[in-house]
Amino acid sequence: MDNALPAASAPAAVDLAFTVNGSPAKVAVDPRESLLDVLRERLDLTGTKKGCDHGQCGACTVHVDGRRVVSCLTAAVQVDGRAVTTIEGVEGPDGELHPLQQAFIDHDALQCGYCTPGQVMSGLACMAEGHTRDDAEIREYMSGNLCRCGAYAGIVAAIRETARRTGH
Amino acid sequence: MRPFAYTAARTLGQAVEALADGGPGTKVLAGGTTLYDLMKLRIENPPAVIDISRVSELTRIDTSGAELVIGAGARMADVAEHPVVRRDYPALSESLWRAASQQLRNMATVGGNLLQRTRCSYFRGGSAFPCNKREPGSGCSAIDGIDRHHALFGGSQSCIATYPGDWAVALLAFDAKLDVVGPKTRRTIALADLHVEPGSTPQREHTLAADEIIVRIRVPKTAAGRGSTYLKIRDRESYAFALTSAAVGLTIGRRGVIEQSRIALGGVATRPWRVPAAEQSLIGEQLTEATARRAGEVAFAGAKAGHHNGFRIELGIRTVTEALMIARTRATR
Repeated sequence: MDNALPAASAPAAVDLAFTVNGSPAKVAVDPRESLLDVLRERLDLTGTKKGCDHGQCGACTVHVDGRRVVSCLTAAVQVDGRAVTTIEGVEGPDGELHPLQQAFIDHDALQCGYCTPGQVMSGLACMAEGHTRDDAEIREYMSGNLCRCGAYAGIVAAIRETARRTGH
Repeated sequence: MRPFAYTAARTLGQAVEALADGGPGTKVLAGGTTLYDLMKLRIENPPAVIDISRVSELTRIDTSGAELVIGAGARMADVAEHPVVRRDYPALSESLWRAASQQLRNMATVGGNLLQRTRCSYFRGGSAFPCNKREPGSGCSAIDGIDRHHALFGGSQSCIATYPGDWAVALLAFDAKLDVVGPKTRRTIALADLHVEPGSTPQREHTLAADEIIVRIRVPKTAAGRGSTYLKIRDRESYAFALTSAAVGLTIGRRGVIEQSRIALGGVATRPWRVPAAEQSLIGEQLTEATARRAGEVAFAGAKAGHHNGFRIELGIRTVTEALMIARTRATR
């Protein structure tokens, strides 16, 4: 625990300004805070999930400037001035599901659903990157997202179908 | 996590200055995938952190000259997918895309990757486990513990932790150099001189001074780059550290004679591990299953198994063999 270490005062807060799902966000953060914790605990965007908190499971995947990252290993101070997209930002203008989200339902690509926001954010990036040429490539480029329910076959099918339908 | 003073550098000059002024234990933060993780685990406890992730001059990739020049701040994913790197150095590209996950490769830099710390469970496990690397003089839990992933080469009585990276192994095979800058220094070192074996000081892992920053990585262009591969064998097919790996490169002459060979091993040593005797065993030979296998056996001749990791000697021999067979198809294309 922290008390085992030499006493040190809380570091100076750092003012952050960035966009989340297109809207500006301003928040003063402790430099120790992860982007994941800022999204969930400060901005009430709880769609992004905390799994391992060590970059090993992918549940916390979001996009920063259009690229997928794990928000648990992203120090919040590092997104100053950047554009963050979370699962809350992928729906259509009238709140309809993104085609990839619908495909997850159609292909039974989830059971408990805890990893699903991270899977969807990673899947969207996988399509945008063009890493959907075949199932093997989808598996390789989705390997950073674990699903302990074992819905992998459905996840691959949902990404394959959505990539084909949307021209990726 | 211990509180730390945070400074964001905008230029390399600012970063060098801030690092020099930061005091003992100040660390450089780039992608954060190792440092920030270890800070969460309270394995790393820097009092001050210099963020270099916005230093754009560190991210350039220049493939136009006689060597590949890759800025230390370039992201793993960008280098892995660079068309010239893929064409001229498949081993370098593969060593990157076969590491971590795409999310981590989008974050982690190719300079920071070189300095990633071991995945030894006892090192990462914290104060419950003696570890000479984490707490010098406390002992090594791995030597008589679960050493399945630990080093077959380069270990000492103090430490047998494996160097976990892939990229440095591929760079080692191709004689890469690093440009390094400090407040009073500007020097170039061979990648081969970056990492050190643990000896009696396993807390010392590399030869950079505390106030130096890696600026760029330079790789001389060679025909053996095209005839190359990085083969990585893992407990699962993707997103795992290597049980064994091999970076190999070949040039093969008209009559099928091997003119140049490069072999470096990953996942099996305390540092990236080149095997010159194995390389030499192939010169002047035809590449066949038999000569490839012999090179693998020469590569692993000095391997020292512990309690649970002996299976990785035969696995490593076969990894070298298969990597050479893959490289042959590219070298003679």
